[in-house]
Amino acid sequence: MAKQLNIFVENRPGRLDAITSNLLNSGINIHAFTIQDRGDYGLMKLIVDNPNKAHLALADLGCACALKDILAISIPDKPGNLHKLTTALAENNINIIDAYGFVLQPDKTGICCMEIENLEESGAEEIVRGIGFTVLQDEELYDL
Amino acid sequence: MDVSFWDEDVETAQPETLQQIQLDRLRDIINYALKTPFYKRRLAKVGINCDDDVKSVDDLDKIPFTTKDDLRQNFPRGLLAVDMNEVVRIHSSSGTTGIPTVIYFTADDIDNWADLVARCIRATGAAAGDVFQNMMTYGLFTGGLGLHYGAERVGMTVIPIGGGNTKRQIKTMKDFQTTVVHATPSYLLHVHSAILEQGMTIDELALRKAYIGAEPHSENIRKKIEQLYNMDAYNSYGLSEMNGPGVAFECVYKAGMHIWEDAYIPEIIDPATEKKVEDGQTGEVVFTNLIRRATPLLRYRTRDLACIIPGQCECGRTHRRLSRITGRTDDMLIINGVNVFPSQIEEVVMNIPEVGTNYQIHVDKVGALDKLVVKVEIYSKMFRGDAKQLDALKGKIKDELRASIMINPAVELHEPGFLPVSEGKAKRVIDNRPQQYKD
Repeated sequence: MAKQLNIFVENRPGRLDAITSNLLNSGINIHAFTIQDRGDYGLMKLIVDNPNKAHLALADLGCACALKDILAISIPDKPGNLHKLTTALAENNINIIDAYGFVLQPDKTGICCMEIENLEESGAEEIVRGIGFTVLQDEELYDL
Repeated sequence: MDVSFWDEDVETAQPETLQQIQLDRLRDIINYALKTPFYKRRLAKVGINCDDDVKSVDDLDKIPFTTKDDLRQNFPRGLLAVDMNEVVRIHSSSGTTGIPTVIYFTADDIDNWADLVARCIRATGAAAGDVFQNMMTYGLFTGGLGLHYGAERVGMTVIPIGGGNTKRQIKTMKDFQTTVVHATPSYLLHVHSAILEQGMTIDELALRKAYIGAEPHSENIRKKIEQLYNMDAYNSYGLSEMNGPGVAFECVYKAGMHIWEDAYIPEIIDPATEKKVEDGQTGEVVFTNLIRRATPLLRYRTRDLACIIPGQCECGRTHRRLSRITGRTDDMLIINGVNVFPSQIEEVVMNIPEVGTNYQIHVDKVGALDKLVVKVEIYSKMFRGDAKQLDALKGKIKDELRASIMINPAVELHEPGFLPVSEGKAKRVIDNRPQQYKD
């Protein structure tokens, strides 16, 4: 299952800088990131080229961080495609905890990263494949 | 100035008479103390095995001090001096180490206590016909019930509304034309702003007097309350170990709180050397309770710092006066009238596995009220990466703190390494409230 790195970050100046500089020093390449705002803190979520190495580097720094299984889906960047995905998940009563998307240029492939409630038991992966989308496996996501 | 009494003979008794009452009662209480395993052992060591071994009040000096730790170590029954069949009430406070302290009362003990509180109330000029809104917390805390019984004894109309619910407090003041209230000073300030926010004026109310206590406050705060409400505010002093409110109270001259010396023998000591200091000098207040047989306490160290005001009060009472409390000998915090020890907070947060090694306690004034913020670090190894876990953690810390210290704190989560590392006595408590003990 593809991994995303979730990091607890306080909402004050300099905290993201501490994380990015540590990742830079550890030779980590960040493919994508988002921040879930929670008021006085946030959760920074990263897709990187080597999640295990990044996790260890940040843990050494004392960061509260964890690797989280996600569903990384490759979706052609066309009208209606996200809707197709959300409909399929809704019909199967699958709950999305958090999600974000980005588009790879120049081939215009959309990547959707989703945290799913009870990811493995939910059967979400099969459902996504069933509607014709590709679920990225670990290396496929890290080697983007 | 109009001076009224509840028990004029005792309140104006000459020192020799007072001392005789003290001696008689001390001997009675010694007899009860000797029925407890704790004092039987302790008194035997200083040659007191029966009341005849106490010849004068000065013999009290032989007896070692009793501390809060003694109360804890003898929980629950080591200081109980009567059969449980005779106990009609229990008051208890949460402990700093999870062990609470307990005080038992017989029906006579409650009666004596109510009588003292009645004395306090009459000393301020209040009487039957007054409507008394008791805004202090009821329950195991002695503040609410203590004044309640005394006010009923005086014959006032008592509204046992308890603490909180400001809107209802204001409506009740108006509906029943309350004349006397009992509350913490900070709560009265808070209620005043709420009155104005509701577009009401003080003229719509009938307030005449306030009894304020349970938290340290300056003379300026008292004057502010008096001006805002256009009423008299009287200082009240008590602690659950000495029954509760009614230990010392101001009369109409508001020149210090009369200690009811027929019921309590006060001593002021240097907390370091344990030697007595002169009247007028500040030290730790020590009390011997002469009127509670179920749980006798001899020379109890209150950890409150104050002095005895020298000289006579113009009201004619001979009982000496206690100054306002100027501090504590320990690190106890008083938050909106509730006593909180930092160790209680530490115990709670350190027992939660998701919390790291460091924490900090902040106390601030927000408007008139105290706000408690507990800051903790997340323990990185327990972090699973989702917001739900963090919300649950916050909720858990809040719930457990509320259960332990009876206060609703705000909880802040921080990254590991953000808070100062615990090195011996790390600065765990940051009290940002302005000059609470000073004038």
